[in-house]
Amino acid sequence: MPEHTFRVNGEQVTVDAADDERLLWVLRDLLGITGPKYGCGINVCKACTSHLNGKAANPCAIPVKALKPTDEVTTIEGLPDTVGADLHPMQEAWLDQDVAQCGYCQPGQIMAAVALVRRVHEEGREITEADLDGIRNICRCGTYVRIREAIKAGAARM
Amino acid sequence: MVLGVRGTGEGGDKPPQTGPGSGVDRRRFLGYLLAAPTLAVAAELGLGGGESVAAERGVGTATRAVPSLDITDIVDLNDLLTVAALPTANRITIVVNTDGTVSFALPRAEVGQGITTSTAMLIAEELDVPLEKVKVTLADARPELAFNQFTGASNTTISTFTPVRVAAAVARGRLLEAAAVVLGEAVGDLTLKAGVVTGLLGKSIGIGALAEKAASAEARKVSVTLKERAEFRVIGTPRNRIDALEAVTGRKKFTMDLQVPDALPTMVCRPPTLNGKPGAVANLGAVRAMPGVTHVAAVSTGVAVRARTFGQCIDAVRALQVAWRPGSAEGKSDATVRKELKDAEIWLGLPAVTPSVEATFTFHFRSNSALETNCAIADVRPDRAEIWSGLKSPIVAQQAIAKRVGLPRDKVTVHVTESGGSFGRRLFFDAALEAAEISKEFGKPVKLMWHRADDSRQGRAHPMATSRVRAAYLGNSVLSYKQRHTSVATDLGHGLGEVITAFAAKLPVGDIGFSETFFQLSQSMPYDFGVYSRLLAETDKGFNTGSMRGVYSPDVVCARELIVDRLAEKMGKDPLAFRRDFLRDKRVRAVLDKVAEVGAWGRELPEGVAQGIALHNEYHSVVAVLVELDCRPETVNRPVRDGVAGPRVTRAICAVDAGLAVNPRGLEAQMTGGIMDGIAQTLTASLHLRDGYFLEASWDNYFYSRQWNTPPELKVVVMPPSTEKPGGAGELAVAASAAAVACAYGRATGTMPTSFPINHGTLSFEPKPTVPPVPPSPTDGLDHVR
Repeated sequence: MPEHTFRVNGEQVTVDAADDERLLWVLRDLLGITGPKYGCGINVCKACTSHLNGKAANPCAIPVKALKPTDEVTTIEGLPDTVGADLHPMQEAWLDQDVAQCGYCQPGQIMAAVALVRRVHEEGREITEADLDGIRNICRCGTYVRIREAIKAGAARM
Repeated sequence: MVLGVRGTGEGGDKPPQTGPGSGVDRRRFLGYLLAAPTLAVAAELGLGGGESVAAERGVGTATRAVPSLDITDIVDLNDLLTVAALPTANRITIVVNTDGTVSFALPRAEVGQGITTSTAMLIAEELDVPLEKVKVTLADARPELAFNQFTGASNTTISTFTPVRVAAAVARGRLLEAAAVVLGEAVGDLTLKAGVVTGLLGKSIGIGALAEKAASAEARKVSVTLKERAEFRVIGTPRNRIDALEAVTGRKKFTMDLQVPDALPTMVCRPPTLNGKPGAVANLGAVRAMPGVTHVAAVSTGVAVRARTFGQCIDAVRALQVAWRPGSAEGKSDATVRKELKDAEIWLGLPAVTPSVEATFTFHFRSNSALETNCAIADVRPDRAEIWSGLKSPIVAQQAIAKRVGLPRDKVTVHVTESGGSFGRRLFFDAALEAAEISKEFGKPVKLMWHRADDSRQGRAHPMATSRVRAAYLGNSVLSYKQRHTSVATDLGHGLGEVITAFAAKLPVGDIGFSETFFQLSQSMPYDFGVYSRLLAETDKGFNTGSMRGVYSPDVVCARELIVDRLAEKMGKDPLAFRRDFLRDKRVRAVLDKVAEVGAWGRELPEGVAQGIALHNEYHSVVAVLVELDCRPETVNRPVRDGVAGPRVTRAICAVDAGLAVNPRGLEAQMTGGIMDGIAQTLTASLHLRDGYFLEASWDNYFYSRQWNTPPELKVVVMPPSTEKPGGAGELAVAASAAAVACAYGRATGTMPTSFPINHGTLSFEPKPTVPPVPPSPTDGLDHVR
């Protein structure tokens, strides 16, 4: 198996894996990083949402060979370190709103939310209802309303 | 009182009551001190059950209406489940640890509904320890609990409310006794607060330091008096989930996150039609030689593969060339099933001689697939087996797995893991049974995961059903209401079946069979509609079915509430006023009035936007929902990529009376989720059956509510406690919200909808192939980074 080198949650890693092994399975099955969840494997449920160089990315649709050694993959486990705290403000907002029910989709929801807020802030504006309507992450428990409230609250602290 | 049940286990574990409402006596129970190294206490599951439903509900008769007699006024499904637990006389145990924490292994499944939190609250309340010191885990399968390790029908809090508090109260009493010795003061002079016992002189000691001193050398019975409601400081207050931090940090462990040695990723190549069977495999050797693959073999459900990663499993599943044999629904489609249902429908009787309204409603198959697909870890050895899976009926699972792998039941250990949702799925153990079979076949531990396509196409579905209703009226009275519900058979073979079998003979319903009993017990009639009858007919056992946040209620209630709107229209009444006039239960009327008030019923709205109002009572709880639905073309046709837009609920108001709500915040969450389900069932979410298989293969085909379907305004009002005890909540809001949305659709468009979801006639996606059974993972992820 070929070797692939990239960065995960602040550390350089090298894995033996087929070129087209999707990053999700490299993270979960080879590196034991289980925050990103499997929900569909075809990039429609967004349960695996993580960050690639600070932007939302779905590891179920990224062959590991596509990563460069300097690429920084951040999963929910590494999110607090990006702000040098025990919890990212978005995670705190999630706790304040008691968003989670079963919790399975929530790592992906939080990672999508952080990337969304970064994007709209870079565009020099605030989150709109249309932005929230555009989030594609599924929550089968139906926590959508609290997710919207948490994103607005988290955005104010980011 | 129909079932003749006392609130005790065996032999009078509750002191005699001096009369109804006799204060302290109603709160006095017997628990147990157990022989253990630190303080361990127990109580019988089943304490506090079996009180009359009718008395509790304040069921009366609407002033202007003809009374309808309904069995669920007297006994309902939840009473049955609660009562079923009584004679088993088995115990739940609370342990006080030396670090000051309190441990409890809950014999139920946490699937997101929040019962670990509400259970911790009960313990924190009665034991006077901080909530964060209470550690609730899920118990392994305990066969001695018989009927009492079943999580379903919104029954958990109803059936465990008293036993858990009794055990905690025993612990509290014993800790105070131990503290009295240590501090040299009388028990009556001590207070236990926030996990610390303090004496009159100000000396104090933590419960951790007392844990060993309070331990008992022998088991004995202890009488305790539970707190009065006025003393509650935790129960009834909104609390966040105890597992919230784990959930938001990714540390919460679901089955597929567990690291069991050598349990390698495993998947199954499944048939192209429902329940097809594997024949010859043309390229077994080639697939076995694929990178990472360790094992390939045909099993009862398909061809199993085990590999180093799930990515390699997907590749192997896609490469397999299998000759498939027919399944259990060969050639069937929505249209053929609709004909089967029509043929199976029970006669509605001769047409009414008075004016009447009549309609037949069709409810298509719906997937109860959770976000975590079916999955399990199994390690089956020649002499023993160990299973990990999210299971709501672990005892039945343990029995079935033991039988499948040929081991005695006591050699099969079944661990109940936390689930990523249930919605009916975790009542069954399809993946656990399959994983056990595969592990035995391979002689290796396996970590089995269903692909989303497997979960959607071969997983369980809420059965397709029709509901035919006829209501006759004259003047200001409804004279009769008849409902004939006809459904593809619902599989109840998950343990609830055993409960019903065991108790059906004792119920005042006669010998009407299994599903009919379940139907009668789970349905209710809140209106005084004169002569009332409801009957269920089932047909076709060829589908993999199960409940979906309710078995019959969402469909039965949706049909009923639409007919109620039609009756109101015929009699020239406002839908709200009509409902108020005919409701029998003051609790239902109260939630109805509340949503009407908060939601400003009757307010002016643009053309194409309308309100709908509906209600439901079940599980000793009542709920009403008011929605506003925007059916204007610019909303219906708003662009959504790879999704369904359609009418949008712009506002949803829910009022719920679940008796004494242990955790109002958790109750709110359950109502919110139920509303999302109701919206999906009425507007967008269904499975299409064609040529013996379901077309939907993933979340881009199956349109459960998404952010773009979420009401921008949603409010849940938790009513003040109307009874002393909690009612059920998990499934409660689905029926009322599905019905409210349907009623709003009828009023917005001027046409009563009769087929659900309303968009079922339009296929909104290109079906994925069935061979290979799972789609390839995309490789263009970098193009979508944003």
